[in-house]
Amino acid sequence: MARKEGLIGRKVGMTQVFGDDGSHVPVTVIEAGPCTVLAVRTKDRHGYDALQLGFGAKKKNVSKPAAGVFKKLNVAPMRVIREVRLEKTERLQGYEVGQALTVGMFQPGELVDVVGVTKGKGFQGGVKRYGWYGGDATHGSMFHRAPGSIGASSDPSRVWPGHHLPGRMGGDRRTTLNLSVVRVMPEQNLVLVRGAVPGANGSLVMIRKSVKLTKAQQQKAAEKK
Amino acid sequence: MDAIRLVEAAQLKKDRQGFAPGDTVRVHVKVVEGEKERTQVFEGIVIRKRGEGVRASFTVRRISYGVGVERTFPLHSPRIEKVDVIRTARVRRSKLYYLRGLAGKAARLKEKRAVIIPATEEPE
Repeated sequence: MARKEGLIGRKVGMTQVFGDDGSHVPVTVIEAGPCTVLAVRTKDRHGYDALQLGFGAKKKNVSKPAAGVFKKLNVAPMRVIREVRLEKTERLQGYEVGQALTVGMFQPGELVDVVGVTKGKGFQGGVKRYGWYGGDATHGSMFHRAPGSIGASSDPSRVWPGHHLPGRMGGDRRTTLNLSVVRVMPEQNLVLVRGAVPGANGSLVMIRKSVKLTKAQQQKAAEKK
Repeated sequence: MDAIRLVEAAQLKKDRQGFAPGDTVRVHVKVVEGEKERTQVFEGIVIRKRGEGVRASFTVRRISYGVGVERTFPLHSPRIEKVDVIRTARVRRSKLYYLRGLAGKAARLKEKRAVIIPATEEPE
């Protein structure tokens, strides 16, 4: 579960950045924020600590109930609303409703996680979906990419639940952990992170501070760079 | 996509435009040897240009000691000092892969000469 501050954004696409030594750094460009804080959830009142963020202006088709909510908060209607959970109530301090969060919260060299929905792959076989090895293509093997045995015989006389079989692949929420921030462009609301992130270009992503590293580890990673 | 162009814009080198496939070029590459940095020159025929923006690259082919050598450079790499055009040739395709199958005299390209209009006065 996400327990760090983050932003909602859009994956713009990938490109590369040259290092000083002429090396290529593959980067994903993410247009993140500005996100408006729409609500602050606290453990005492709501049972958990979180920030509710809104992203992207919505001009058309704002339903009356939604319009009412935004009017009450005195902010323009937003297209996307997501909650970002935080681990401690203290972390909520300094955040108030109506405040705008920008990419300024990320520094180059810092590690971040990016959450997105992977590209849909349709109905796929087990070799692509689960990385089965498959059989030999030639030498008369007669076994190529088929699932093979899916269990024992009369006992249990059924297939165990959750058995790996061909089926729909992709379109899942996935998180890429510990990508380093290469560059932050505050005027354009852009963040460049090293490596790939889930999802198609233009799809919605969430970029947040890394949850897997301790502060000491973060510092070490930053020093190494 | 505009955001991508924006990110790449600052890294584009403006002096990397004046050559095309078929041209003989001299590429000045910075190389690090031990502690020292020096410039190495790679001369040959441009057989390919590909890619867009900062991701563009080009391939130079030369015959070195009887062996064909091809080197692909990132067009906008900071390691490339400059690209000098030695000769331009008339070619009819954008990828000159057919040169790989040719050697010696057959691998020559017809030079494209600039049309020079003589500035002399007409004799009467």
